[in-house]
Amino acid sequence: MNALPLIDLKDASSFPSRRTEAWKYSDLRKYLREAPAPSPSAAISITGGGPFEALGGEAMVFVNGRPVGASAFMGSGQQTVRLRFMSKATGTGHATTARISARAGAKLLILETHEGEGSAYVAHNRLELDVARGAEVTRIVLTDEPEDAISITQAQVRVEAGGRYRQTIATTGARLQRLETEVRHPGQGAEVRIDGLYVLSDARQADLTSVVDHVGADGTTSQLTKGVVRDTARGVFQGRIVVERGADGTDARMGHHALILGERAEVDAKPELVIYADDVQCAHGNTVGNLDQAALFYLQQRGIPADEARALLTEAFLVEVVDRIEHEGAREVVREWLTARL
Amino acid sequence: MLSIANLHVSVGDKPILKGLSLDVPAGEVHAIMGPNGAGKSTLGYALSGRPGYEATEGAVSWKGEDLLALEPAERAAKGVFLSFQYPIEIPGVPALTFVRTALNAQKRARGEEEVSAPAFLKMVKAASAALKMDFDMLKRPLNVGFSGGEKKRMEILQMALLEPSLLILDETDSGLDIDALRIVADGVNALRSPERAMLVITHYQRLLDYIKPDRVHVLAAGRIVASGGPELAHQLEAEGYDKYLPEAA
Repeated sequence: MNALPLIDLKDASSFPSRRTEAWKYSDLRKYLREAPAPSPSAAISITGGGPFEALGGEAMVFVNGRPVGASAFMGSGQQTVRLRFMSKATGTGHATTARISARAGAKLLILETHEGEGSAYVAHNRLELDVARGAEVTRIVLTDEPEDAISITQAQVRVEAGGRYRQTIATTGARLQRLETEVRHPGQGAEVRIDGLYVLSDARQADLTSVVDHVGADGTTSQLTKGVVRDTARGVFQGRIVVERGADGTDARMGHHALILGERAEVDAKPELVIYADDVQCAHGNTVGNLDQAALFYLQQRGIPADEARALLTEAFLVEVVDRIEHEGAREVVREWLTARL
Repeated sequence: MLSIANLHVSVGDKPILKGLSLDVPAGEVHAIMGPNGAGKSTLGYALSGRPGYEATEGAVSWKGEDLLALEPAERAAKGVFLSFQYPIEIPGVPALTFVRTALNAQKRARGEEEVSAPAFLKMVKAASAALKMDFDMLKRPLNVGFSGGEKKRMEILQMALLEPSLLILDETDSGLDIDALRIVADGVNALRSPERAMLVITHYQRLLDYIKPDRVHVLAAGRIVASGGPELAHQLEAEGYDKYLPEAA
């Protein structure tokens, strides 16, 4: 584990720059030279239950890095937890760590939101997640953060034999937003799916970086990330799947596909398969393009105005990621979130 | 109803239509026939406003309005419908969603009330049954995995639901077997009315046995070089286009 460097917000020397390979597209030091002043404990009244309120479950809330209640959660049986990282700060920084574990055989739905108010804050959130033997965990992440915020989320996921971990991140980015996922994959029938979706406009940036480390035989990983960038926005995808020696029978697929809809928008992609075992099935695909002009004209010819036609085609492109969310309620929330942002 | 005067259209730097003039009165069906490369498809694209098909000279008036000044979607809302020779596949957009979005966008543009989902479903069920289409197919992404014949039926279904007033059929018979051709032609003939004008673009006379034109025009080298009644189509079938080609002139 810890293939990706950990960061301590109080210690500027821990901030990676582009000289650190894993951060070469998201030069944190360029945006943040010094440790930010600590955010105040915001006495904000938590109104409403966040974007996933309708799905109920337990709430686990952090405001400016401080837990409102418990900072750890242990799930057993079938449970839903709404993990809310709320920021209400201006020019200051805060960090926190949430710990969630799913006991053997548990079925846990984590609905994680990054809800930002204020401006120019720096948020650093860590999630330590354990998926015990035979447990099934779905993590859905939605972010809505200000365009001048810096936001780093580092999730470390440990999956045990026969466990299932499914993750979908949907984001609109921030000034610099990094969403990291590290998965320790035991093989042994465990299944991992980590998907991502980014919709970036103006000068926003989002970086979806993941490392899945297959340490045992017979594990599967499926990864699909899709994004669209407009204006001067920038999307970064770094996906790394490692198949360690002895992890035979691994089946790993990775796809990243992006649409660039602005002449000054940018996408940087780095898919990596690192394979030390012999008997494996691994594949990756990566494409970057524009909307199909013939399709765009076809829609317009039928009476759909140009802007609406573009939005429809963009949604059609991205919705594949949403459709992979098995939980119907969560899928519908993400679908509506997406439609509202196109 | 449709009046094209001295239309010049270029694709890139290449002139394709070179002074095409044509009038289609309301209620009439006109066939445009011509050899490959004459500019038949370009005419359809220019009338519907495809980007890259630039009118450099001339005018197109539709119901008294300057058609060339309008965006493609505005033209559609005014009743212009192009049935594509090669209908486009659109992954991720179910056919039903697509047609309903298009219909309601047109209605909004015309200041009409939108069609509710149940009313729309009823319309589609009736129209798809008439075209002998499997309703479940319409829940699939538009044209993805459809056969050539299914794609063409899908075009006619859209035509039946959108009820356009200027129908441009670009090589609608290509890829159709005789049974499918008959179904498609029946669908088109059902739309013949005194309020509609139709342009049937075709290389072969075969389609015109099923969709009987009032007038036939020969398009060669970017201009209408001959016009006549339905008998002209038969004459072309017998004699070919040779005498209209520039080399023969």
